[in-house]
Amino acid sequence: MATLIQLVDTLWTTILDVAPILLILVLFQVMVLRQKVPHLRRMILGFIYVVLGLDLFLVGLEMALFPLGQIMAGQLTDPAFMGVSEQGAIGANWRDYLWVYAFAAAVGFSTTIAEPALIAVSLKVKEVSGGAVKAWGLRVAVAVGVAVGVTLGALRIVTGWSLPLLIVIGYVIVIIQTLIAPRQIIPLAYDSGGVTTSTVTVPLVTALGLGLASNIPGRSPLIDGFGLIALASLFPMITVMGYAQVGDLLARRAARRKAREES
Amino acid sequence: MITPFRSFLGLILGALRDLAPIILVISFFQIVVLQQPFPNLGPIIVGLLLVLLGLALFIQGLEMGLFPLGESMAHAFARKGSLFWLLAFAFALGFGTTVAEPALIAVTGEAAEAAAKAGLIAPGPDSKATYAVGMRYTVAFAVGIAILVGVFRIIKGWPVQILIIGGYLIVVALTFIAPAEIVGVAYDSGGVTTSTITVPLVTALGVGLASMLRGRNPLIDGFGLIAFASLTPMMFVMLYGLLY
Repeated sequence: MATLIQLVDTLWTTILDVAPILLILVLFQVMVLRQKVPHLRRMILGFIYVVLGLDLFLVGLEMALFPLGQIMAGQLTDPAFMGVSEQGAIGANWRDYLWVYAFAAAVGFSTTIAEPALIAVSLKVKEVSGGAVKAWGLRVAVAVGVAVGVTLGALRIVTGWSLPLLIVIGYVIVIIQTLIAPRQIIPLAYDSGGVTTSTVTVPLVTALGLGLASNIPGRSPLIDGFGLIALASLFPMITVMGYAQVGDLLARRAARRKAREES
Repeated sequence: MITPFRSFLGLILGALRDLAPIILVISFFQIVVLQQPFPNLGPIIVGLLLVLLGLALFIQGLEMGLFPLGESMAHAFARKGSLFWLLAFAFALGFGTTVAEPALIAVTGEAAEAAAKAGLIAPGPDSKATYAVGMRYTVAFAVGIAILVGVFRIIKGWPVQILIIGGYLIVVALTFIAPAEIVGVAYDSGGVTTSTITVPLVTALGVGLASMLRGRNPLIDGFGLIAFASLTPMMFVMLYGLLY
């Protein structure tokens, strides 16, 4: 019964969330384009599926994964679990938190694989590139990037490194890669940064950041809890371009070998 | 009747594969690392079934509704040939999908809290609410501008990296002069603006537009709108923090 109430409740918020989008689409369709939409009924049914699917997805996550993951993030960052002796000690030793980094990487990777927005983009990419960019390969590349970003973010909270400095270093790497990576991957790589951080990733990663920042001596959740999401959307750009670069390199090497064999 | 059922079963299996890593991770940490039993397994299993069903439905709906809709509107605008209406649509889509975004409302609330603590604004609830609402409209405006510029870029065929790298340089420059309390929130605001429904719609719009225009490659010119939508909020939030 409680589940049913929650389903209806979440459905209502999802509908409210979609309402402005729908309003704009209908407004422009009716006022500006004034054309018949092909397969209108199918499209409306698809829209209903999307809203209903998102509703079930969110309620299910709320029931099954989020509470557990959030408790877990709290327990893993608890000084008692870490065996850190003195709360008041100045600064934290980054080696005390190895399980936290493992958790950060694992959660970053696995939540990204389940991210619906990323699935959507990878389907589109596969279609547009005629299969040249593999949907699954792209998703794994993005997930590795998020894992690196979240781990680095956790490490930053523990060590107190400067966030702007990390971001600037990341941007410099992105700029260098942009100059040398295959041209057709670049817009896609930039997009994958923004896509990664939504429904599944944000709640778990935020819980981890807040847990860490409130348990580590000398850190404040308000100032140091931020930044995990920013790093998680920066690193996929690097890994997606890297993925294309490696693929390009392998293809070129194979072509060279083939040419040698033929000659 | 057998074929749709079969394909839906395929979608469920696909969803199971998508969720397997996260289930494994949570189980591993619960059992091996924290060494605790699973609390009330019943709701967890029901929840997982809902997640599976939801993901399968979402993907089905994506292929039936959101993708064709985004593409058919892009085609219709390209046929109509009015740049003004296309750009107006792009701005409205960016602004409209962002202004009511729950994640954004949460982030701007935190930002107001941080600003009040730092003494940038008066500590009362009224001034905090004004600050948060102002920032929300700022971000929505930023996303509207982002989609507008992104669509204009597709039409002109400009390379995406020039605009993005230029944008990043501005972000870096702003980081040095913006109030320190706002910087963290500003960086995170870029990530929260792109929701699960906006992304497929905007992607389909870009790809549809690029495939309609002569001399544009959907892969090179069609993508990049999402990147703009997560870049401009960082800029505008820092500017907001500076000027408010």
